[in-house]
Amino acid sequence: MTSTIEAPRSPYTRSTKKSGVNWEKWGWIYMRVSGVVLVVLIFGHLFVNLMIGEGVSALNFAFVAGKLTNPFWMVWDVIMLWLALIHGGNGMRTLVNDYATSRISRGILKVAILVSVVALITLGTLVVFTFDPCPAGAPADLVASFCKSL
Amino acid sequence: MPQTAGTLDSQQKTTSRRPAGTLYRGNTGMWSWVLHRITGVAIFFFLLVHILDTALVRVSPEAYNAVIGQYQTPIMGLGEVALVGAIVFHAFNGLRIILIDFWNAKYQRVLFYVVIGLWVVTMLGFAPRHLINVFSH
Repeated sequence: MTSTIEAPRSPYTRSTKKSGVNWEKWGWIYMRVSGVVLVVLIFGHLFVNLMIGEGVSALNFAFVAGKLTNPFWMVWDVIMLWLALIHGGNGMRTLVNDYATSRISRGILKVAILVSVVALITLGTLVVFTFDPCPAGAPADLVASFCKSL
Repeated sequence: MPQTAGTLDSQQKTTSRRPAGTLYRGNTGMWSWVLHRITGVAIFFFLLVHILDTALVRVSPEAYNAVIGQYQTPIMGLGEVALVGAIVFHAFNGLRIILIDFWNAKYQRVLFYVVIGLWVVTMLGFAPRHLINVFSH
């Protein structure tokens, strides 16, 4: 009489489901593709805001108004907003998976990350596309010089 | 019993400080990974705050100028050097990770020193100019 004995320490095998998207693989690819683009977008952002002219000392409402009425910087900022928040949110998800030990704390933290990312992408996108550079009643010395001609 | 001693020695070799097949345990491979995580978390939380403060342009010019004025103080000016330092490291080390993944992992150590060198050069370009802008106003 023979009995079959399972091989000890059989290698871990992935489930052999044929269909379905490998989301972890696309997340891995996203981090690298968005990372390269973000290096360009964020270095450009830092150079224009902190290096040119008087840098951080020159930043005020009128400076932002000058950028957010220019379609080039509107597109730049919105792409940077979406890529950076999703890149950062996915990175934080990786850390939660690594360091949060209980299933409940992992769930709570990942929902918190998702809510923060969705809320701030929505807020940031709305701000860029609904921005009013010359708000009614604003003091003339706080708004950009082009508001005078309106 | 030299035989037993020899066995112990070979076992110690298998648990050596540089195990085969991993970049991320010990030395430059591990410390670049640790720094990548720490800088990543710091940048993420700054990003959350930075979107909220920039959103104040939609509230009023006074509200935005009040908060951007805080970014122009000496203490925050020093904080911005730390922030840019974190971003520059994360950026260059991220490119290093891409090169390790898609090009050749055997250059990871020399690439780490390239990252450190580029970081020093970039910060030498940024920090003096930024600190002059902060402290001369």
